[in-house]
Amino acid sequence: MPRIVVDVMPKPEILDPQGKAIVGALPRLGFTSFSAVRQGKRFELTVDGEVTDAILAQAREAAETLLSNPVIEDVVNVEVVEA
Amino acid sequence: MTELPLIGGAPVAVEPHLAGAKIGVVTFPGTLDDRDAARAVRLAGGTAVALWHADTHLADVDAVVIPGGFSYGDYLRAGAISRFAPLMSRIIDAANSDAKLPVLGICNGFQILTESHLLPGSMIKNDHLKFLCRDQVLRVENNNTLWTSDYEAGQEITVPLKNQDGQYIADDKTLDALEAEGRVVFRYVGWNPNGSRRDIAGISNAAGNVVGLMPHPEHAVEPGFGPESNAGTDGLGFFTSVLNKIVGGAQ
Repeated sequence: MPRIVVDVMPKPEILDPQGKAIVGALPRLGFTSFSAVRQGKRFELTVDGEVTDAILAQAREAAETLLSNPVIEDVVNVEVVEA
Repeated sequence: MTELPLIGGAPVAVEPHLAGAKIGVVTFPGTLDDRDAARAVRLAGGTAVALWHADTHLADVDAVVIPGGFSYGDYLRAGAISRFAPLMSRIIDAANSDAKLPVLGICNGFQILTESHLLPGSMIKNDHLKFLCRDQVLRVENNNTLWTSDYEAGQEITVPLKNQDGQYIADDKTLDALEAEGRVVFRYVGWNPNGSRRDIAGISNAAGNVVGLMPHPEHAVEPGFGPESNAGTDGLGFFTSVLNKIVGGAQ
C-alpha cells in the first residue's frame, strides 16, 4: 500500500535543544566529524488505494495544520512512497 | 467537583457574593491539574464546573481554566492534539466573541492556547533539556487583564513552576508587538528557568481576556501547601481577579 511521507524540521532560526544534546554526545562515541545536528520528525500516512492529487493535497494540508506548527517548524518534504 | 477541601486549614478568604460565578475547568485525556484548578476556584470563592474535552457546549460558565498536565501524552507537540477537541472550538469562538469569555491557560493549557492561535508564539523544550520543578518568582507586568487585576503592577509573586517544554519562543516582530501592547503579563525574576525569549513567563491576547503562563498559580492558593514565601498563596489572585470581574460586571 502506498504511503505519503511527510518530513518536518524545526525552523532554521530556532535553536533545536535536542539536536544540541545529540551533537554533544557524538564525540563521546568517537564521531568527531559532525559540527551540528538538527532533529526533525518523519510521518508516514498510509493510503488504501491509489494516491490521487486530491489525497496528496489533503496530506499537504494535514502537514501544515496538524503535523507541524508553522511558528516553530517547516514542512520540508511531502512525497509518495510505493510499498 | 463539589467535594469540600479537606486538607489544610480553613479556606483563605471566601467571599460569599462570588459563589454565583461559575468557572469551567477543562479535563483532557492526560490532564493532571484539573482538580487543583477547581480547588483554587473554590478557595477563591467561586463555583468550579467540570468540563470534558469532548463536550460540545460550555455549560454556561462565566470563565474557563485550561489546566496543566500532559494532554495526549504531549504526542506530536504539547497541546497539538488537544487543540482540535470539540470543546476547544467552543472556547475559541467564545474567547474571540464580543462576550470575550475569560480563558486562563496554565502550563499545558498555555501550550494548548498557542496551538489554538488564541495566543501567539509557541513553546519548545527547555534550553537545558531537563524537567524542572521549583518555586519561581514572577513579576506581574500587566495587571489590566481579567486574570491579574487583583495584583499590583510590578508586584512579585512566587508560584511553582514544573515543565519540560517551557521555553517560550516567537519571532522578534511578534515579541516587539507583545511588549509594545503591554501583552507580556508575567516575566521570570532572578533567573530564566527555561530559555524563554525576553524572560517571558506569560502573555495575553489583545483584549486581555485570554491569558497563558507556564508557572502554576493553582498550586499556590492555600497556606502551608504552596511556596514558603508570602504564606504560599500568591496564586490566589488569578482566581479572585476573574471572579471579581465577573461578579462586578454582572451587577
